[in-house]
Parts: sequence; C-alpha cells; structure tokens
Amino acid sequence: MVRLNVFLLLAVLLCSLGVVTSQHRARKLFQALEAEQERARQLEVEFGQLQLELSTWGTAPRIEKIAREKLRMNTPEVDKVVASSPARGVSR
Amino acid sequence: MMKFTGQVAHKFAESPLLRLSLPPWRSRLLAVLILSSFGVLIGRAFYLQVLNIDFLQEKGESRYRRDFEISASRGRIADRHGDVLAISTPMKSIWAVPTEVNISPEQTRRLASLLETDAKILAEKLDKADKIAREDKRKNFLFLRRQIPPPVADQVAALKVPGIGQDQEYRRFYPTGEMTAHMVGFTGVDDKGLEGAELAFHQQLLGQAGSRSVIKDRRGQIVEDVGSVKSPQDGKDILLALDSKIQYLAYSQLKQAIADNKAKAGGIVVVDVRTGEILALANWPTYNPNNRESLSGAQLRNRAVTDTFEPGSTLKPFTIALALDNNKVRYDTVINCAPGRLTIGPATISDAHPHGALTVAQVIQKSSNVGAAKIAAMLPAQKMWQMFDDIGFGRSPRLGFPGEVSGRVRPWKSWRPIEQATMSYGHGISVSLIQLARAYTAFARDGDVLPLSLMRVDTPQVSGARVFAPKTAREVRAMLEMAVLPGGTAPKAQIPGYRVAGKTGTAYKLEHGHYNRQYISSFVGFAPASDPRLIVAVMIDEPSAGQHYGGDVAAPVFSSVMGNSLRTLGIAPDAPLQVAQSPKPTPTPKAKL
Repeated sequence: MVRLNVFLLLAVLLCSLGVVTSQHRARKLFQALEAEQERARQLEVEFGQLQLELSTWGTAPRIEKIAREKLRMNTPEVDKVVASSPARGVSR
Repeated sequence: MMKFTGQVAHKFAESPLLRLSLPPWRSRLLAVLILSSFGVLIGRAFYLQVLNIDFLQEKGESRYRRDFEISASRGRIADRHGDVLAISTPMKSIWAVPTEVNISPEQTRRLASLLETDAKILAEKLDKADKIAREDKRKNFLFLRRQIPPPVADQVAALKVPGIGQDQEYRRFYPTGEMTAHMVGFTGVDDKGLEGAELAFHQQLLGQAGSRSVIKDRRGQIVEDVGSVKSPQDGKDILLALDSKIQYLAYSQLKQAIADNKAKAGGIVVVDVRTGEILALANWPTYNPNNRESLSGAQLRNRAVTDTFEPGSTLKPFTIALALDNNKVRYDTVINCAPGRLTIGPATISDAHPHGALTVAQVIQKSSNVGAAKIAAMLPAQKMWQMFDDIGFGRSPRLGFPGEVSGRVRPWKSWRPIEQATMSYGHGISVSLIQLARAYTAFARDGDVLPLSLMRVDTPQVSGARVFAPKTAREVRAMLEMAVLPGGTAPKAQIPGYRVAGKTGTAYKLEHGHYNRQYISSFVGFAPASDPRLIVAVMIDEPSAGQHYGGDVAAPVFSSVMGNSLRTLGIAPDAPLQVAQSPKPTPTPKAKL
C-alpha cells in the first residue's frame, strides 16, 4: 500500500513538471509565432511601399523624359521605318 | 464540606446552579444562527458564482485580457498589366491629451523638429489646448500631426513624452497623379471612395477589420489568444481595363492639343473593339488626387462621362447606315446636294462648303448636312429613334461611374420634320463622349455593339447586341475610310502604316437654348481599317486659336494617339508607310465606294 502511494506521488510530480515545461514551451513558441506574424505584417507594408515606389519611378512621363533627354531617343521618321512581315517580305 | 467543595470544582458542568441557567432553546438558537449564517454565505456564493458571474468574469479578465482591432488595408487599383494606380500605405497620426502632457523644453524642441514645425508654435499650441481642456473636459484631445511616415513616428515614441500618443491610419497614394485622375478617382479622409473607380468599386476595395483578444503578461507580451480570432480581410485588388501607356499617350496628346488650340476643355476615350474595354479615358482640366487642396471645383468633372454635347457630323454615319440597312439607298445612290441649302418648314439647313450631286459615300466623305438630311427624310422617325436607342444614345452607359449621364434623345412622336433632319447630322440630340465611342463599335465590329467595361475583361463576349447588318457595317467602314483620305474632311487623321476610318464633327455649342459662335470639335475613328482593334474618340471644347474644324483640331490628336497605341500594342501595319497624298483606290473590293 505504501509503495503504491509513493509510486503515485512520483507519477503526480512527474506529470505536473511535464505540464509546467510544456506550458512554458507553448508560450515560447507562441511568442515566436507572434514575432513572425509581426514581421510578416511589416514585410507586407514594405512591399506596398516598394510597389508605390516602383510605380512612381516607372510613370510614363518620367520614362519619356529620360528617354528623350538623357538617352537622346526619338520616334523614327516615317521614311526611316521599314516594315517586314513573313508573308510580304520587306516593304518601304 | 471542604471535601465536597473540592468535588464541586471538578464537576463544574454538573453544578445544579449552572444547569438551571442553561435553558434548552439556547443551544438550538445558536445552532440556527450558525446554520443560517452558513446559509447566507452559501446564498452569497450562489449569487456571485451563478447569478452575477458575467460581471465578475469580465472584471477578472480585464486584469489580464486585452481586446484590440486589427486594421485591414484598402485594396489596390492597378492597370491591366498590374501597374499600381492607387495604393494605401500605413501612416501614423500623433495626438496629445493636453492636461497629461509633461514635456521639457528640450523635448519640445526635438518633437517640433520631428513634426516639422516650430518649437514655439508647438508649445503655444499645447498651452492653448491645455487651457481649453481645463475648462471643458470633453475637449481634452488634440491631433498634433496626421499621416506622418512610421519611422518618424517611432522617433516620436522614443521621446517618451507622457500624454502624447499615436494611432495607425492609412494614406492613399496615386503614383500616376493627374494623368489617371478621372479614371481612378480618390478617397476621403475616412477611406471612403468619393470619385471614379474608387467610388464605383468601393465595396470590393473595402477591407474588413478583424479583432482578437489576448492575454498579456506583466511585460506586455502576448501569452495566448482567448476566444476566437477574427482575422482581418484586406480589400480586394481591382484590375482596371486601363493601359497605362495608352492612357499616357491619350492624356499628353490631349493636353498638348488643348494648349495649341487655346481650348477650354476636352476629353478623349480609347476603347478596345474586341472586348469593349476602356483602355484610356482622359479629360482636361484635371487635378492631382494626391493634393487634397485641389479636390474641388470643375476640374473634378469626368467630362467624357458626365457632360453631354451635340455631336454634330459624327452622327451622320448612323443615319446613312440605317438607310442602307433598310434598302432606302445604296452606297452609290446619287443625292442632289446643290445648292448647299435645304429649306424645311421655317428653317434652312446649309453645308459649310456647297456641293453638287454626291453619292451616299461622298455624303460621308465630304460631310454634307444637306445630303444627310435628305437621306433622313426617307426614314420613318420611329426607326431612327429605335436605332439611336439600340446604339445606346439616351441611355445611361451603366459603367458604375459617378454622375454618368444618359444624354437626350426626344421621343420620336414629338419630332418635327426639321428636327429629324437636324438629328441626322447630330444636332437636337445630345450624347456623352463615351456613348459616342461605344456607338462606333457598331462600325468597327460587324454591326453589333458591346457593353463597355471599366475592368479588365479576360473572356470577352463574342458578340453584342446587333444594330446593323454586317454588310452595312462593312460598307460604312469603307465610307469612313474615304473621309480620312485626301478629298475627305480629315486627312490629318491619317497614320503612316495603317488604314484608318473615322468621322469629324464640328458643332456649334448650345448655351441657354441658343447656338453661340463657339464650337465643339470632335473626331471618332478606328484602325486598322482592315481589322479594327481600337476606337479613339476625341472632343475639344471651344478651340479658339483660329481653327475650329474637327478635321484640323481633333483629327491630329486621334492620329497621334491611335498611331502610337497601335505600335505599343504591336498590331501589324496594314498599309504602306507613306501617307496617301492623292485619292486612290484602296486594295479591297469596297474600294470603289
């Protein structure tokens, strides 16, 4: 009877220690999850800002300005354009 | 005796004296009292644990449980290729509770520099708000600055001034600014769509804020969730039919033409013939949606959709098509247009340049009012009204744009002969530019019209509502091609490398029921004529730099926007690269038109 009681006492002690450690682990993991989720939100925000930046830098007026002024590009004159098609060959 | 006394001391309870002084009810009373106090305790416990449990649970939870809202962002608006046209990004607003603010001069100086204001002004502002708050407790709140970038807000938080806090909010950005202003629209401070696509698609764009309750520990860290988490639903992204490149071409050319012609206003619409998508829509004057101060006044009007005008000659092809459809005329029927005037009842119709005898095809090519009126006289009023109705005049285009108008087509029963005659060349009837562009899909396609779409269409409708027979549509298309060739009204609409078809319009403006000496010049056309892909409709209001004919004012805009758009889309040229210099037959069987 005494041996059984001692055994049960040990079992209870072990179980309660197990509960404490698993709870602790769960909280640690939960905090890590929280941190990652926060990071995901931050990245989402950053993605939005980068998209905004991308379309701001990529607006057509800016591209045209750079093409014309910096790169000195021009729409070709009509007499300099050569149209080619597989069926008709080259035509001017 | 002594001995007896000693015995009495030992047997105290048996003392007859004491026994007499304890009546039997006394112990019962005590038992009842004790039991009833237990009863009170049980009752109280029952009250607390069963009847009043909610209140106590709530009080208990409030010690460790925190509820908060998770904000959701508004959806993005992008063009057909996914280039962002409107996007929300989180910003912070800085507020103060004046009575709790406790700030040192050094902190004031640093806070002021972060908020881009003067330290003196900031201190005065806080002082004043403090005085007001002490008189009226409800006014104990003050926004110091709204919508500042989060990194700056973090620096403000690092100052740790008591009584100063921050909130998250979203700010909407429009990277393409005034170029797409009428198409995209804008939102108010509270993230509500007020104009354009922002209003049309408000419900889809709107996000649903979520909520969650958590348990926090002493250090403020979240330990676990309690109850269910309602995750936030971000608003849906909207892909418009708009093509940024074509929109830029349309906008910049329109702006240029308005400056060159010293015009008051203007609009341009580009429509995809195969899908009915609106690839570009621009108006002048416009505004910058990023600048809140500019968001009022006439420049907000999306003229292409909300303003109607008398279209003038751009309607002639519809009269002719109806006559062709009903076998009243053939393309080579000769109409006598001499001497350039026609009197119906009290009124006289005249041509800008008098013509002699013209074929039906030449009536379009030379844009003869007299010819169109004579052809209209062959048609019953009801049929004409029905045709206008079928192509969408007098009906709302139902795009979902705010303030879209249906234009005005009077019921046919009240038409007088002179009115039917003027309607044949586009007077006495009013349409919006977008309706006009859509109506031309009947010629660009083989006689059917598609509903227009603001959003990208991935599975286009194969055919729309039929208005004209395919043969009629092809014949009118060939006539419209002649109008652009030398000898027509709009040789300036030509594009090297592409066959173009289109019609000019020059109409007097109707103001307060009278025609004044101001014009609206327009051009509607499509290309490539062998297999039309795009419709461009241009309208210039009150050109006043000397020229006012649609062929001189609006046609060059058409030519440049259409030509560049076709190249952008990689559509193969269907004509030699030289501009046609003299009238010559086109290589199709319809060339004899």
